[in-house]
Amino acid sequence: MAGHKHLSLANEKMQFEFTATLKTRLLTGMAIGAGMILLWIIWAMLVPEAASHGPEHTMASGGAEGGHAYSWTKRLWANLWLCTLYFNGIALLGIFFFAVNYLAWAGWSALIKRVPETFGYFLFVTAPLLLIIFFLGGHEIFHWTDASLYEKGGANYDKIIAGKQGFLNTPFFLVRMIIYFSLWIGLFLFLRRMSLAEDKITDLRGYLKKPDLYNKIVYYSTAFIVVFGVTISTSTWDWVMSIDTHWFSTMFGWYNFASYWVASLATITLAVILLKEQGYFTNLGEHHLHDLGKFMFAFSIFWTYIWFGQFILIYYANIPEETVYFNARLNGGFYRPIFFLNIFLNFIVPFLSLMAKESKRTMTILKVVACNILVGHYIDFYMMIMPATVGQHADFGLIEFGCVTLFASAFIYMFAHQLSKAPLIAKNHPLLKESLYFTQFN
Amino acid sequence: MNVTSPVRPALVLRQMHDKNRETTYHDVTNDICKQVEAGFNPRWMGAMAISLVVLAWGCYCLYRTWWFGLGEWGLNKTIGWAWDITNFVWWVGIGHAGTLISAILLLFRQKWRTSINRAAEAMTIFAVLCAGSFILMHMGRPWLGHWCLPLPNTYGSLWVNFNSPLIWDVFAISTYLTVSLVFWYMGLLPDLATIRERATNPISKFVYGLMSFGWDGSAKTWARYEMISLILAGLSTPLVLSVHTIVSFDFATSVIPGWHTTIFPPYFVAGAIFSGFAMVLTLMLVTRFVFKLEAYITREHIEVMNKIILITGSIVGIAYITEFFIAWYSQVSYEQYAFINRMFGPYWWAYWAMMSCNVITPQFFWFRSIRRNIYWTFALSIVVNIGMWFERFVIIATSLHRDYLPSSWAMFWPTYVDVGDYLFSFGFFFTCFFLFAKFLPVINMAEVKSVLKASNEQSSEGYADDEYNTVEEKAVAQH
Repeated sequence: MAGHKHLSLANEKMQFEFTATLKTRLLTGMAIGAGMILLWIIWAMLVPEAASHGPEHTMASGGAEGGHAYSWTKRLWANLWLCTLYFNGIALLGIFFFAVNYLAWAGWSALIKRVPETFGYFLFVTAPLLLIIFFLGGHEIFHWTDASLYEKGGANYDKIIAGKQGFLNTPFFLVRMIIYFSLWIGLFLFLRRMSLAEDKITDLRGYLKKPDLYNKIVYYSTAFIVVFGVTISTSTWDWVMSIDTHWFSTMFGWYNFASYWVASLATITLAVILLKEQGYFTNLGEHHLHDLGKFMFAFSIFWTYIWFGQFILIYYANIPEETVYFNARLNGGFYRPIFFLNIFLNFIVPFLSLMAKESKRTMTILKVVACNILVGHYIDFYMMIMPATVGQHADFGLIEFGCVTLFASAFIYMFAHQLSKAPLIAKNHPLLKESLYFTQFN
Repeated sequence: MNVTSPVRPALVLRQMHDKNRETTYHDVTNDICKQVEAGFNPRWMGAMAISLVVLAWGCYCLYRTWWFGLGEWGLNKTIGWAWDITNFVWWVGIGHAGTLISAILLLFRQKWRTSINRAAEAMTIFAVLCAGSFILMHMGRPWLGHWCLPLPNTYGSLWVNFNSPLIWDVFAISTYLTVSLVFWYMGLLPDLATIRERATNPISKFVYGLMSFGWDGSAKTWARYEMISLILAGLSTPLVLSVHTIVSFDFATSVIPGWHTTIFPPYFVAGAIFSGFAMVLTLMLVTRFVFKLEAYITREHIEVMNKIILITGSIVGIAYITEFFIAWYSQVSYEQYAFINRMFGPYWWAYWAMMSCNVITPQFFWFRSIRRNIYWTFALSIVVNIGMWFERFVIIATSLHRDYLPSSWAMFWPTYVDVGDYLFSFGFFFTCFFLFAKFLPVINMAEVKSVLKASNEQSSEGYADDEYNTVEEKAVAQH
């Protein structure tokens, strides 16, 4: 317990410093990632058959839609798409964390609010990347971009996909993508600006009496939540569900939300702990960590709930149009062990390791579990994207590790860079004192 | 040390009759025990009489259901269940708010729950009992109800079908009822002891003494109380989600168009919380008025509950639109037909009643003035519950009445016995609730007292900038 000691910001480092060492390390990380990708590309061009998973797996080409011949570029684009989406989700859900905490008047998180808030800047990287990848490699990821599917009477004509054309067509797809990003980025910048403007207030007492800016942030956080509530589902239909073009599931948007959300919570926890180890957040104690641990614990169970709900309903009803999705994964050769690994990493591990109170307060355990969750949800998205794109040619090789290294380093670079540009602690947040004195016994 | 920011609204207001005085611990005890200790209020007796009349009529219809059989209902070969299962799901949904408030909001440290959790939990228990009554009704032979349980038996190979979601329902709901009951009763213990200590008449003293399980109020007892509260909250949190999830499985595991859709579990849970909060508001607004509890159930509480209604109502709305969109996107003609038929088929009026009550009306709560308005809230809370009843009716009846064989197409119309059985549940529910309101404290005194100090500091004039800014900070500011 905090007891009766007075806590204050006097001993708190208010400004994060992006050190040259860290900068060098991250740039090296990006270079290594890019190098691995390049190496893989060269290798794939020289020995194309080696870059695909061996021919022994050509049986039942998984859920791969359509009859496009496999080429190594498919795996390249699928990997880039996967990593961009994954980190895009982590960034977006960082803003969601910020907005939800404002909307709920949460006090405990006021101290660390700059961390999730800063995640949002990565949208500036992912927005153009998604567009570029779609332009260059969309055809290799999205079966529905094939114009011959829509030619009535043609050999390739697909009645079901043709029926979806009103939604799945390139112009509308691009318009939607642009709308999502302009709304997300626009609201993010707006929230960020108000959040920083709050730091400039000098009359804290007056502000506490009349917290107009705080109320305004709550107001626009609400707007963000509304936009988010709609776009998280629709963007998931666009970017993930339409890869398996025939398949559909009403739960899919919320399932993706759950996955991103746990990953983002793990990233927030990891970032906070690493910052604390660097000497920041001196007022952050085990009680705050306990809450972050509870969040990871609870939403890992929530993800499992959503995952299981979707799986069991499709499995139980056993309708071929729907089971095709899980058939490709559960009975899909290469994917079968990963299917179970997904549950193990995302449910069993966090559930058992975060159950006890002390483990939610121990930084080492939290770090390990957070990393486990981040790997686990990467696997989760891998399982959503790979079977219908690369099918049985999937593998974990240089390209997968290279992409993750590149994106993770870039994400941390962007985060650290933006974190250093504003005060680390929102000193005028009206609930900051609650956060400083926060205990689980409140 | 416990800090509460001055930007938070006070949870307990000043005394109604004396605005210059802060509410004290003693006021809390007096205001809440008053109903239990006073004689029978004529308004209470009138209300009780009405619910007993309704209950009596319901019992007559129930008698007809069981004596003459389910032919008394409007069912037919195509629609094998409609009104009963609609009522069942509706009541189970209503029974979600209490445990959500007491368990999930406890885990989220939402202190405003303290003045509404007791009545909400009581309502939960009665609603779940009402829901269960429809299962017994539909059995036709309620004396065989225990066959739902996997009991070792001498009936040969007779055994429950563990693959059936209806059996999962039996487990989910009975577990939920048990845990909710224990949670509710445990919360009552300190308050029952308070009533015991204040009782002047020996019978009350004896009865409340018995009911309070010898609560002694020692520090150790309180420590155990808090520990058990947290453990039970942890146990009931997954139950809040699981119950309506499994209810949704009753439909979603099937291959009936309009029923089989993967979004059902979370969307049913959201809908349950939506209707549960609406029912809590309906009951609390009346209780607040009759028992003059304005200092404890403040506009702040009403506003927060309305926000939850707005959020869950919007989630439900998004789920409706998602289902509709995916039905088109799937290009499965059965699914597409099911949704078009909902909107424009013979039950169109039920569909549009559902849409307007559940999706459009909660949007009024975007306005702060409406969220804080008692009359609007009361009216809209009833509208929401009507809408949620129609939601279940729409899902159940419209999906069934169009069979795969057009020669089997039929309509369901309720008979007076159907309606009477529904009234039975209302009579039962309100009789229980009125008994609760008279003989037990409707607000958790012990927990309201725990938020009183912070509330008084907030509501008192000139609170606190000085306390909020600690000494060191002032020193820092001066430099």
